Amino acid sequence: MSDMQDYASSLSDVKSRKFETFSYLPEMDKEQIRKQVEYIVSKGWNPAVEHTEPENAFGHYWYMWKLPMFGETNVDTVLDEAEACHKAHPNNHVRLVGYDNYAQSKGAEMVVFRGKPV
Amino acid sequence: MAKTYSAGVKEYRETYWMPDYTPKDTDILACFKITPQPGVPREEAAAAVAAESSTGTWTTVWTDLLTDLDHYKGRAYAIEDVPGDDECYYAFIAYPIDLFEEGSVVNVFTSLVGNVFGFKAVRTLRLEDVRFPIAYVMTCNGPPHGIQVERDKFNKYGRALLGCTIKPKLGLSAKNYGRAVYECLRGGLDLTKDDENVNSQPFMRWRNRFEFVMEAIHKAEKETGERKGHYLNVTAPTPEEMYKRAEFAKELGAPIIMHDFLTGGFTANTGLAQWCRDNGILLHIHRAMHAVLDRHPRHGIHFRVLAKALRLSGGDHLHSGTVVGKLEGDRDATLGWIDIMRDSFIKEDRSRGIFFDQDWGSMPGVFPVASGGIHVWHMPALVTIFGDDACLQFGGGTLGHPWGNAAGAAANRVALEACVEARNQGIPVEKEGKEVLTKAAASSPELKAAMETWKEIKFEFDTVDKLDVAHK
Repeated sequence: MSDMQDYASSLSDVKSRKFETFSYLPEMDKEQIRKQVEYIVSKGWNPAVEHTEPENAFGHYWYMWKLPMFGETNVDTVLDEAEACHKAHPNNHVRLVGYDNYAQSKGAEMVVFRGKPV
Repeated sequence: MAKTYSAGVKEYRETYWMPDYTPKDTDILACFKITPQPGVPREEAAAAVAAESSTGTWTTVWTDLLTDLDHYKGRAYAIEDVPGDDECYYAFIAYPIDLFEEGSVVNVFTSLVGNVFGFKAVRTLRLEDVRFPIAYVMTCNGPPHGIQVERDKFNKYGRALLGCTIKPKLGLSAKNYGRAVYECLRGGLDLTKDDENVNSQPFMRWRNRFEFVMEAIHKAEKETGERKGHYLNVTAPTPEEMYKRAEFAKELGAPIIMHDFLTGGFTANTGLAQWCRDNGILLHIHRAMHAVLDRHPRHGIHFRVLAKALRLSGGDHLHSGTVVGKLEGDRDATLGWIDIMRDSFIKEDRSRGIFFDQDWGSMPGVFPVASGGIHVWHMPALVTIFGDDACLQFGGGTLGHPWGNAAGAAANRVALEACVEARNQGIPVEKEGKEVLTKAAASSPELKAAMETWKEIKFEFDTVDKLDVAHK
């Protein structure tokens, strides 16, 4: 039993709270986020930025940061918007979305700035 | 001029072999692989199959003349060699749409794979593919919700869903079973599954199972902040009992239930799919008995046909095989039928065993479920083969983790996310899978332990049912 590791997760430990795709990996650095934006753009999806207080993350609807960037293919523009949203809401989760209008769904969705766990 | 009646036996090909016939857009088309009895000419056997699966019987009857049989009959319109097998050939048969009740997979299959499969003039017979015209597709209810709605309900985007079948298959008490579910879900899986043979046995009655499992889901959701589900199997001895269980699942707020469409039957499945549409509950479909029908290369019904039958009858998930795990499945053929499950239009492509164009119109797509003997080392291949629109289910590959289900679940989740991140970065993950997983394991002791446990396990047996390719 000595080399067996306990799975640390509980209702009382706020660090147990996850937020879907990529939340089981270490937080992405700037270069990694850039690559994901490049992927969204290369797929022809519409980038968007959303954010929420971590305690309300379970809900389907987060706050939109402005409107989705329809037709935006400049990676820096998308990164700047995500950054601006994070600056304005430093304690919130900020997620990057790739809207796939043909599938009427989201082709990608990932938290790129992790809020303060609560 | 009206026909006259003459009793006796005519050769089938006089009536049912029509090589000049051009199939109509509304015809249901079928491709059969026929192995005839010695001495039976190809055209005669093909015509016999067309006859026996539509209007014909072995002798002329006077009542044939009370209708317009030329309107209703099936027509054998083409014959082709089978690459790599000189004893068989493909026969293509067109059936007028008027032969079938609208929205009834039951009725279509009662004709197409009815008496004809026991017919003496053919030694073996296999239904390789069926083209359902859009006119017929539109009469069917189809998947209750489909891929896009399921993603929205569960809030899962940009990756495959992760699941696990709870083991041991049989024998756990309801409360211990709920524990196994809870551990998987809190560790990072999205979904867990009743094994197909878990119905309502004396060791675990369905109602107790449903209650304990729902407590597990609720707690795991609160703990992880993510949406979770468990396929509550409502497959039952009678339709009445099946609906009773479905109603209780709904009462408890279960997001998804499950049915076995072949052992349960098309009638039960189609009814349950309609119920799921009406009640906003997702439907996972298991395929017990499929290998009895689809594994033999010369006899039975190919799985791509069963997959079409299910999409018409209704289901939001269907087991598809994994290519890489413990169960049978040729890679190209599997890629063909997962497209049949998910896409809205699939082109004829003999290299993947697809004999006809298939247009599904706006009928929702079905999530293919890859399950059976897969573990973290398979993840790079699974992400490459299936892409995002699939549910990857690791049973032993979760529960068999040396530290338990939660650690096993976390290992799978980290492996999946690492592969998806790498794929999005343009890295060929199937080729560089080892590097991708090793890097991810540096920050996940759960993944590292899983990789050490299953390092040597492979299932490299040759496939029994291969695509037909030339051997000469």
